[in-house]
Amino acid sequence: MLTIKNLHASVEEGHEILKGLNLGVKAGEVHAIMGPNGSGKSTLASVLAGKDGYEVTGGSVDFDGVDLLDLEAEDRAKEGLFLAFQYPVEIPGVSNINFLRTAINEIREYRKEDKMSAKDFLAKVKTASNLVELDSKLASRAVNVGFSGGEKKRNEIFQMAMLEPKLAILDETDSGLDIDALRIVSEGVNKLRSEGRSIILITHYQRLLEYIQPDFVHVLNDGKIIKTGTKELALELEEKGYDWINEEIAQ
Amino acid sequence: MSNTYTEEDLARNLEVQEYKYGFTSDFKSDTIPVGLDEDVIRLISSKKEEPEWLLEKRLQAYRAWTTMKEPDWAHVNYEKPDFQAISYYSAPGQTKKYESWDDVDPEMKETMKKLGISMEEQQRLTGTAVDFVVDSVSVATSFKKKLGELGIIFCSFSEAVENHPELVKKYMGTVVPHTDNFYAALNSAVFTDGSFCYIPKGVRCPMELSTYFRINEGGTGQFERTLVVADEGSYVSYLEGCTAPMRDENQLHAAVVELIALDDAEIKYSTVQNWYPGNKDGVGGVFNFVTKRGLCERNAKISWTQVETGSAVTWKYPSCVLKGDNSIGEFYSVAVTNNFQQADTGSKMVHLGKNTSSTIISKGISAGESQNTYRGLVQIHAGAENARNRSECDSLLLSDRSGAHTFPYIECKNSSARVEHEATTSKIGEDQIFYCQQRGIDSEKAIGLIVNGYCKEVLNHMPMEFAVEAQKLLEISLENSVG
Amino acid sequence: MELVLDNKVLEFVSDFKKPETISKVRKQALDALTGMDFPTTRVEEWKYTRVAKYVKRKYKQTQASTNIEEYAIADLNAHQLVFVNGYYDESLSTILDDDAVSVQKIDELDEEYYSDLVDGTEENVFSLINKAYQTGGVFIQIKKNKKANHPIHMIHVLEGEEVIANARHFVLAENGSKSEVIATFHSKNSANSFTNVVLEGHVESNASLTINKLQTEAKDVLHISNELFVQDESSNFLINTITTGAQLTRNGLDVIVEGENCHTEMNGAYLGTENQHMDNHTLIDQLYSNCTSSESYKGVMDGKSVGVFNGKVIVRQDAQKIAAYQSNKNILLSKTASVNSKPELEIYADDVRCSHGSTIGELDQEAIYYLRSRGISAASAKQLLVAGFIGDILDKVENEALRADIDELFLNDFGWKF
Repeated sequence: MLTIKNLHASVEEGHEILKGLNLGVKAGEVHAIMGPNGSGKSTLASVLAGKDGYEVTGGSVDFDGVDLLDLEAEDRAKEGLFLAFQYPVEIPGVSNINFLRTAINEIREYRKEDKMSAKDFLAKVKTASNLVELDSKLASRAVNVGFSGGEKKRNEIFQMAMLEPKLAILDETDSGLDIDALRIVSEGVNKLRSEGRSIILITHYQRLLEYIQPDFVHVLNDGKIIKTGTKELALELEEKGYDWINEEIAQ
Repeated sequence: MSNTYTEEDLARNLEVQEYKYGFTSDFKSDTIPVGLDEDVIRLISSKKEEPEWLLEKRLQAYRAWTTMKEPDWAHVNYEKPDFQAISYYSAPGQTKKYESWDDVDPEMKETMKKLGISMEEQQRLTGTAVDFVVDSVSVATSFKKKLGELGIIFCSFSEAVENHPELVKKYMGTVVPHTDNFYAALNSAVFTDGSFCYIPKGVRCPMELSTYFRINEGGTGQFERTLVVADEGSYVSYLEGCTAPMRDENQLHAAVVELIALDDAEIKYSTVQNWYPGNKDGVGGVFNFVTKRGLCERNAKISWTQVETGSAVTWKYPSCVLKGDNSIGEFYSVAVTNNFQQADTGSKMVHLGKNTSSTIISKGISAGESQNTYRGLVQIHAGAENARNRSECDSLLLSDRSGAHTFPYIECKNSSARVEHEATTSKIGEDQIFYCQQRGIDSEKAIGLIVNGYCKEVLNHMPMEFAVEAQKLLEISLENSVG
Repeated sequence: MELVLDNKVLEFVSDFKKPETISKVRKQALDALTGMDFPTTRVEEWKYTRVAKYVKRKYKQTQASTNIEEYAIADLNAHQLVFVNGYYDESLSTILDDDAVSVQKIDELDEEYYSDLVDGTEENVFSLINKAYQTGGVFIQIKKNKKANHPIHMIHVLEGEEVIANARHFVLAENGSKSEVIATFHSKNSANSFTNVVLEGHVESNASLTINKLQTEAKDVLHISNELFVQDESSNFLINTITTGAQLTRNGLDVIVEGENCHTEMNGAYLGTENQHMDNHTLIDQLYSNCTSSESYKGVMDGKSVGVFNGKVIVRQDAQKIAAYQSNKNILLSKTASVNSKPELEIYADDVRCSHGSTIGELDQEAIYYLRSRGISAASAKQLLVAGFIGDILDKVENEALRADIDELFLNDFGWKF
């Protein structure tokens, strides 16, 4: 599904953030990427999604057979890449519904599929909003405007359910969520797990992984993945902190 | 109207919008030589078989005009028209006719397609399908019958002069006197036709009165004149304009619109202006110099809503004179400029009566190398006890070559009044565009979406079917504006 | 401005003393005046301020002496420069020992040097009259990378009837310097006099200049000031303008920002009573990127007074990342007072954050009621609220001695306590 080879990326000012990152994600797998602040977790998400302001200076990213780095941000989305933002942006006056309908129809057009009928679309909105217990009123409100932190994160997962991506990258989706909201969001994500869909969880804390069981856990430090393991690794990290790995590697 | 968007709204939105506005008229070509003097005005008047009093009004206006100077205070730059090179009596509409569908400008066809106009409708709009005219007239006639039963008069200005001279005489020029400004004077001297509407006491007009009917009734043109009188306690919603592309060859448009809302009456006046803006290099395009003003008597309300995307140069300030106590004036505006367009637009709220209140919401969007100016006046006179005004003027910049300017004039002579003006100017949010892109929406569509959201507050004040088209129009006018 | 045959301007200056030597700068101004007229309200910049009746009068340029004791500010410990009727009075002035500051008479400056300094300045008819007929003024220099040890207090006094004071100053804040200039304007035994002052300045890179201007002239004075400052890269400029005096005041203030990373701040308080007319006319012209500006003017108008605010911010093409804020708030204390407010944004760059706001209203009746319900008299409640309203502008005056002086003035003149 996703093969990242020796990825190097800098911010526009020239400072290198990703320094030779390798990662392989197969269909249906859930990978967690953990790491201390400033290790490059969010940069990775932004680079994969195609945000301006980053320069890829080396390496390659293959996404289901296409060269991801060669695509415009919207075409990456149309190819099935979804990013749940750490800080979802507010778009005043644009209703969630109208926003998603535009997105779905653009994606369908790209895939040479017919537009979704209003009836099917509304049915889908209902199912998807139930999934994350999102009040249907929020679905018709302007995108993220006046949403609480938790509502914004739920809205991201709601959008994921609507857009049915092949690969979803959840960037610190657990940050700022209380225990109830974390449960709701995680259950939503779990229901969206399927054989054909891969998920990358970017997180600082292990607590999300109690709800969403990853197949692999990677530790990102200084722009590189320095250790890979199973979910037990996350527990170990929680207990011992990140320094322990550095020490281990140093030995 | 609330900001929430319900499922019903959506369902309604999703329905294919039947295109309801357009040109069907089959005008005879009738043009007099270029130039303007008193003889030309007499000729216009005689061709229209006007009564002596109207000719006299025209001549008065003409004489005033000759002493006036073309205004140059607006933040626009253009070559002043040569007023002696214009033909002042040219049956309008004829330039919009095409011999066959193949003659129609492909760019125009493309735009109509994007607006979601059906093929049949497209042919009708361009005047290439004739059979529709019959159909349309019959529809119009049935509406007219209904209006007639309620005592509503809705006809061309010429017809009104002929059939209701007492009303025209009583109200014409009372809100926009011919001495008001250069273009109003010119219009008062040479206006060819326009619309007249009278709503009797206590009558609530059951339908939106629109261009659709009017076009079948008579002509619009360069020098159009509209007079709407809402008698005591009545209500009317009036739609002006057309979202279809207007390939109009008239360079100068100087219209006058007068609204009179008598005690307890309400007039809602919505406009979509989409005249030819000139090409991408700023060549050609319409000069749109319009004087629009409404007078509110006691407890009356006038609400102007406009979506302005067309014209090379726009100079337009729909205004309210809040004469009666407790009267209300509103102005909701979206003005989009792209390429080399220039717009200087806004509103004037003149508070004379006690407890009068006014609201100005203006959204300016500048793209390309265009210049977009908000200019507004809020005037609280000494007698306007407890007057209230709130103005919000926001400008959005889509390119580093465009300009956004805000020039509010606030004059307050009453201490019990409260006037609040706020304005912001900023760039379109790059993070918003990226968010949309990440969901699969390309940047051009994203801009359209964000701009429409930005303008929501204004679009919400438009009648539904008009608003939907106005939204599409915004997107079309901003095409290729990224950068 | 329109060209006229019957030249009112030449008539206006006809009795003014011709200077002994006509310098290049004066010559240019004299030449320019021949084609000029006084502005009418048809001129956009003067839409709300009518000067016609004042410029019909004949004013005379007269040197006089006066007692300035009452105008010195206690504990200010400043260089004190005194100008009576626009003439620099060295005998009344005190220049303290300060290696950071030098003061010279404008007329004693090298002609070419001065001509270069003021070259390219946009002038109106009043600043041109001043330029051609100025009777004295100082060139204040704050030395490179030095901090002035004392504030510089310029005391302007009008003494006598129908006099015109044409003082003209220039403040040069050299690279990296820091200083404060206080300009106060007073009148004594005067009737129908005219202060026509010009204050120019250049804030060089990394320099910081603060100006506090306080004008308390008699209510029959015409006060027209033209202030023009140019800022270089990474400089800071702050000006606070407090106006309570004169019959008609026109504070014209232009700041041209000619470098990146500058900060410009303008604050103003104007308090009018009787028939006073107070016009603050400002311009901030942003020519380079990454600058910020903040402008806040507040007016309290009583009696039949008229307040005018016309502030313009221009952001030129390619001057990106500008954050400009502009605010004008007014309170009308009487039925017959009025305010005209015209905040303007003219933006030609896209990556900007600019906003402005303007409000006009009376004191919050509910707040008055609230205070009264706590046992405070209506009059005191009103004073408290006005003081609270205007207080945040006065707080911009950081100089404690000056602030104390302003507070005393407000207490004496208006009964407002802070």
